[in-house]
Amino acid sequence: MLKSSGIAQKSDWEAKLPDVNRRKSGPYVVIECYQKIPCNPCEGACPNNAVTIGEDINNIPCVDYDRCNGCGICISRCPGLAIFVVDEGFCPGFGKILIPWEYLPLPTKGAVVAGVGRDGKELCPAEVVEVRTAKNQDRTAVIGLKVPLDFVNRVRGIKLGGEENGR
Amino acid sequence: MVKQTHKFFGSREHHAGVRGIDIPNLLLENQDKVKIMSNTTIIGCYEDGVLTAVTGEDHYFKIKPQRVVFATGASEKFLAFPGNDLPGVYGAGAVQTLMNQYGVVPGKRVLMIGAGNIGIIVSYQLLQAGIHVAAVVEAAPNIGAYLVHASKLARGGVPILTRHTIVEAKGTDSVQSAVIAQLDEDWQVIPGTEKELEVDVVCLAVGLSPVLDLLSQIGCRRKFIPELGGDVPFRDKQLKTSIDWIYVAGDTAGVEEASVAMVEGRLAGAAAAAQLGADSTEAGKIIASCQASLDSLRRGPVGAKIRAGIAKLEGGCCNA
Repeated sequence: MLKSSGIAQKSDWEAKLPDVNRRKSGPYVVIECYQKIPCNPCEGACPNNAVTIGEDINNIPCVDYDRCNGCGICISRCPGLAIFVVDEGFCPGFGKILIPWEYLPLPTKGAVVAGVGRDGKELCPAEVVEVRTAKNQDRTAVIGLKVPLDFVNRVRGIKLGGEENGR
Repeated sequence: MVKQTHKFFGSREHHAGVRGIDIPNLLLENQDKVKIMSNTTIIGCYEDGVLTAVTGEDHYFKIKPQRVVFATGASEKFLAFPGNDLPGVYGAGAVQTLMNQYGVVPGKRVLMIGAGNIGIIVSYQLLQAGIHVAAVVEAAPNIGAYLVHASKLARGGVPILTRHTIVEAKGTDSVQSAVIAQLDEDWQVIPGTEKELEVDVVCLAVGLSPVLDLLSQIGCRRKFIPELGGDVPFRDKQLKTSIDWIYVAGDTAGVEEASVAMVEGRLAGAAAAAQLGADSTEAGKIIASCQASLDSLRRGPVGAKIRAGIAKLEGGCCNA
């Protein structure tokens, strides 16, 4: 299904999540990279050495969740835009997700946007709580979205506008 | 490179994670030994080692290099279907040139044909430019592009339809719609599955073939290897062709990814320099490290097809 549609299924992405205890204890990275391709920028991106590809550049990244603190530095370093950070303890009833974003105009902090799933379909309203555009992100913004807790691992994007992308 | 706005895959040592548009500057940093002649085309390649060139439209001249590396890239394949001659039917390269080089959008609603890396990446760039992509159709049962690219496009709401093809582009003066349909396991259209999409652009991204015109003129040995994009020149492990003073690199040597092309350029350059008497220890180191990088880039499952193609080429088996 992922191979024929580009849409990761629940069983695919669930296997990428850390265990329940780790999920409750603070922000964590989710690397939605399912295919062995020759690529390794994520490995060098982490200041805590939490991501390992290893000698074979085709390996799928492996996360050491004792080292990952959910800082999100790796998000903009992935050429595949496949890295997300999830914080399930953001505020009561809500979590925060950090997503990579390369569409203009950038959403502004405080705006309420439509959160979409891996298939681009609208799931829930999401408040933009952070917009990171540091120079070293090289034009890949990182957007922080506040979403209901049930949606932290379902929302992975923001709905694009109509014909002219008019957001 | 000026059209590649996305961050490149590959190894960190070879600029992975850097946008293609920024890589030329990195490659040219701190070096003054390369003279770049832009707007200059090689128009002939002769047995006595002379290349003829033209700068602009009327400044013709000859070059007699000791060694040449051909990195002429690849050209797009085309697809036969009724209406493919209508204005509004583009190759993906043309769409990229229009958008990323000249800042012109090709239309308002696009149907992309081909879900390889080019089709998927250009679709993403279309979304970034504010253009609606109605769908990506792909005749094969699986997406050929890296799946992370495909997922990025899927999150943008673009359906990727595998086992689908374009049946017809319709319109009077230009494309007004396109008919797509599902394919069965024998790649035949399943009657009754036709759907008409309202689009004003049909963009073709159905593969590349190495550009070998000059190499053919001079008579380099070549062989038809579908896994590498079609006719490819014979070359040894240091990318030297059947002609002693000619090397190849990049898609000319076989269609692969950009990271491979960059490593091959370095390899061919070092090998050519070594052949001319450059510091052999230094050249040997570069050659060995490039060959190791190429092996590593091609080692995984997505490299299987390339490995098979290269084995056919090097094995010289006679099914050509």
